[in-house]
Amino acid sequence: MLDLHGYGWLLFDGLQLTIAVGLCAMLVAVLLGLLGSWGKLTSNRWANFAANTYTTIIRGVPELILLLLVYFGMPTLIQSIATSMGYDIRVDVNPFIAGTITIGFIYGAFSTEVLRGAFQAIPKGQSEAARAIGMSRLQVFQRILLPQALRFALPGLGNVWMVLIKATSLISIIQLDELMRKTKIASNATHEPFTFYLLASFIYLGITLVSMMVQKQAETWANKGVAR
Amino acid sequence: MDFSIVWQYFPMLLEGAWVTLWITVVSLLIGLGLAIPLSVARLSKNRFVSSPAYLFVLYFRGTPLLVQIFLIYYGSGQFRHELSDLGLWGFFRDPWFCGILALVLNTTAYSAEIFRGAISAVPRNDIEAGRACGMSGLLLFRRITMPKAFRIGLPAYGNEVIFLLQATSLVSTITILDLTGISRQLISKTFAVYEFYLTAAAMYLVMTYLLVYIFRVWEKRMNGHLKERLTSKTS
Repeated sequence: MLDLHGYGWLLFDGLQLTIAVGLCAMLVAVLLGLLGSWGKLTSNRWANFAANTYTTIIRGVPELILLLLVYFGMPTLIQSIATSMGYDIRVDVNPFIAGTITIGFIYGAFSTEVLRGAFQAIPKGQSEAARAIGMSRLQVFQRILLPQALRFALPGLGNVWMVLIKATSLISIIQLDELMRKTKIASNATHEPFTFYLLASFIYLGITLVSMMVQKQAETWANKGVAR
Repeated sequence: MDFSIVWQYFPMLLEGAWVTLWITVVSLLIGLGLAIPLSVARLSKNRFVSSPAYLFVLYFRGTPLLVQIFLIYYGSGQFRHELSDLGLWGFFRDPWFCGILALVLNTTAYSAEIFRGAISAVPRNDIEAGRACGMSGLLLFRRITMPKAFRIGLPAYGNEVIFLLQATSLVSTITILDLTGISRQLISKTFAVYEFYLTAAAMYLVMTYLLVYIFRVWEKRMNGHLKERLTSKTS
């Protein structure tokens, strides 16, 4: 029988942190995705340029490099700029915040593409009609565009979430005590790395399977009013 | 910011980039070879064939690559005596073997899923036409199904190749000196943190978009006959 030598709870603690980081990062990703898709679809050329640069760079660089850059690179960069300006400061980045922001920032680029597609899938006539009956631009966005875009984006955002939650395992490298790092601690203490990493992999698999079910439910719910 | 230090170590970074490309290509080729039979197995009507293929794909797509790498590299240590008895410990002790094995299994699962979709998207008419010409079994698969499926799956497979290139950065966690590994090593020596990471990021960016370009050209060549022909307007 599986003997965890009392380290099961440690993994459970890690799982909670993994889910917390995942949810916070997903929130960041969706907000950035909304901003990015606006940037891609607006007629402002500077916003176009910024949004395109953002998605091009993020999708071309590995998550690990970006994570290391934010967590180790940013503090030194800020410090060296401050030193050159005559200040002496020390910057410490909280691993939870660094991890959440980096992962959110990376998957913000992917949700930008998903949301851009979703907004483009809404017929233009609808927002024109809404404008014609006297809604303000904000009202059009809030009442017509956003609800439909989120429905169209649901499958894509579900995929982003499933890739994102797996990417949170990388945060263990910057010493945040999430599932992966707790697993390492447990496997070092018990000298049973296979048992613990296999268990951790099944926990991640469990998260994926639950997410798949939730996604299916959410899609049925969101498409209730749509005739097929 | 002082990039002269990066310039000084640039040949080492290039070596790292070469390792990254090498690992990517080797894993891709082995993965491609395994993914095609796996995708066929996944589509099999025999449940004893399709279920194991399904579970394999589910496991390797549903768990993080980092866990898979650690499971193979650190996890194999738990079975050291058994593996030594089988004469396999030499392989599992080697980070290169473990890293590439994990990448191969991972990309096999993702590519098999792509090809499964592509094979089921091959139009029925094509298969029926092939059968009408007297082909069946392997011949039909080789001449009709696979070439067509490959064309359909190519854009998605191109994305997988790019994901794999970026995923290889994770093997730096098991001491392999790829581009990421070299950068981390040079940083611990020189303390030029963001200079090296920014350079590495730029190098990955170049490699990624080079691959994107190659796949775009390849797609055009493969699907050239499907493009709408330019016809002069006559009235």
